[in-house]
Amino acid sequence: MNVREAPGECYVVDLSGEIDVYTSPKVKDAIGSLIDRGVYHLVINLEKVRYIDSTGLGVLIGGLKRVREHGGSVNLVCTNPQIKKIFDITGLVKIFGIFESEDAAMKALV
Amino acid sequence: MNQAVEHVVPELVELRIPARAEWVALARLAAATVANRLRFSIDEIEDVKLAVAEACAAVIQHEGHGEFIQLNCEALADSMRVRVHDSGRHGVHAGERQRMNFDEARIAGLGIFLIRTLMDEVSYDVHPQLGTDLLMVKRLAGRSE
Repeated sequence: MNVREAPGECYVVDLSGEIDVYTSPKVKDAIGSLIDRGVYHLVINLEKVRYIDSTGLGVLIGGLKRVREHGGSVNLVCTNPQIKKIFDITGLVKIFGIFESEDAAMKALV
Repeated sequence: MNQAVEHVVPELVELRIPARAEWVALARLAAATVANRLRFSIDEIEDVKLAVAEACAAVIQHEGHGEFIQLNCEALADSMRVRVHDSGRHGVHAGERQRMNFDEARIAGLGIFLIRTLMDEVSYDVHPQLGTDLLMVKRLAGRSE
């Protein structure tokens, strides 16, 4: 996991590997600490994520809920069809902006 | 492509893991290996992996779960049958969600929704003394009924 500052008061969180019941708490802490610092516009890059389960989705949903309370937004970068499928079948495609590239995700931040 | 299946079934793989988050990846791997032996597609293998992981996660996240999770993966001619057993007094059933806060319940619900969506058959077998079994079946495409 890597956190990068990007132009426009935005941060990019690069996730990789498996986001599951074991690793999700670390992701939750990282996203939570950014929000605690007042970062409300996030791009979460899932391009290197091989696997995500409901606890990982829960962390993303929780992050989105928190930033929205401050008028913020979370956009995702996702190109892996297996990961996209999970967002599709859970209906989360309707609440997250999901983009093919980091540039597109950044440009679409509110 | 499915010719090899006749040579490997029926087979049963049993795995007992500590009911802790760091061991769920091993359960996923075991389930994926059996699914691969059955010549499931990559998509179907991912479905089985996720369903097994969700079942294990559901056990771990409930209070009162047992010390171990028992995973049985059975390779059959036309399907894969998976049993996830929690020997604890509480299992993955709707009543348990009352003990969670709203966000936890929402995520648990998401996990159960995923299991039901990704697998062809899902059922629970709750024994007050013996624990809870989650039974799941994934059928090989084009080989069912």
